[in-house]
Amino acid sequence: MSDTKSRTETPLWEVFIRPRNGLAHRHVGSIHAADEVLALDAARDVYTRRGEGNSIWVVRSSQIAASDPDHADETFDPTADKIYRHPTFYEIPEDVGHM
Amino acid sequence: MADHALFTALVELADDHGVLGHRLSEWCGHAPMLEEDLALTNMALDVIGTARGLYAHAAAVEGEGRSEDDLAYLRVEREYRNCLLVERPNGDFAQTMLRQLYFAAFMQPFWSAALKSTDETLRGIAGKAVKEMAYHLRHAGEWVIRLGDGTPGSAARMRAAVEGLHIYTGELFTASESAAHCSRAGLLPDRAALRDAWLENIAPVFAQAMLEMPEGGYPQTGGRDGLHGEALGHMLSDMQYLQRAFPGATW
Repeated sequence: MSDTKSRTETPLWEVFIRPRNGLAHRHVGSIHAADEVLALDAARDVYTRRGEGNSIWVVRSSQIAASDPDHADETFDPTADKIYRHPTFYEIPEDVGHM
Repeated sequence: MADHALFTALVELADDHGVLGHRLSEWCGHAPMLEEDLALTNMALDVIGTARGLYAHAAAVEGEGRSEDDLAYLRVEREYRNCLLVERPNGDFAQTMLRQLYFAAFMQPFWSAALKSTDETLRGIAGKAVKEMAYHLRHAGEWVIRLGDGTPGSAARMRAAVEGLHIYTGELFTASESAAHCSRAGLLPDRAALRDAWLENIAPVFAQAMLEMPEGGYPQTGGRDGLHGEALGHMLSDMQYLQRAFPGATW
């Protein structure tokens, strides 16, 4: 299968897996598939072979809008010196557990 | 008699899964895309796992000190009791997927009924296999639909697959004397009674795939008597090579 053909007939999908109830879906990788049904099957067959999860999301890679690496300086650097935004000034009672 | 019948019926079932597992494993590294390469080997491992359980159970029932490996690898062709469908060569992707659909459409209701077996080990094997078969049925069905209702080329291949494989489906519903004895004893489901369930699994897929269910024809049988097609011998020479060349090899 030529590259162009594989791009149009089986486009790229991003795969997100939720390891267990109560946790968020996490990006684990990508697969090629013709449509969403086969994409979910492919994601299951490629990324959940060792009991990695109990829920799968797939999203067409072309549908994801991403931040521009060229704008990284103004997008991310301004937060670097604002340590007061980190909730490290509070004592968390032990009973609260993991936050 | 009872134990011998159960042993034979277990070997028939185990051979169905073992032979199909080897066929599916032949795709490893050769599938049309990485995703499907893994899907096919996943399915191979599912049915090989079931075969292992069945061979081990058969060996225990026989009680003559044979192991699951002895049964899987050290018998000659005429001693294999698998149905002819599972030994059919992979052919193209359409043939492989249709063979899987035909098999899973039968085994899913079979294992579902076997959940009520009077044999505890069989109930355990069924509990695992029924879910695996439900997935094989779904996955193979999705491909049959897409190929059948796809391009003129894929539709032609799908129709050719139906033409070539359909005659092997009748054997799924026939029981050997041993299997019939076991179903009367409540050990195994009655194969003939599963025809409607099989059709209910196939019909919606064929409708969406624009495929016609062939009628009549001469159903091919003989696998349960050890009468196989030429292809099985070639497959076994590959499958048994390691155990024959290095007896007792483990890993």
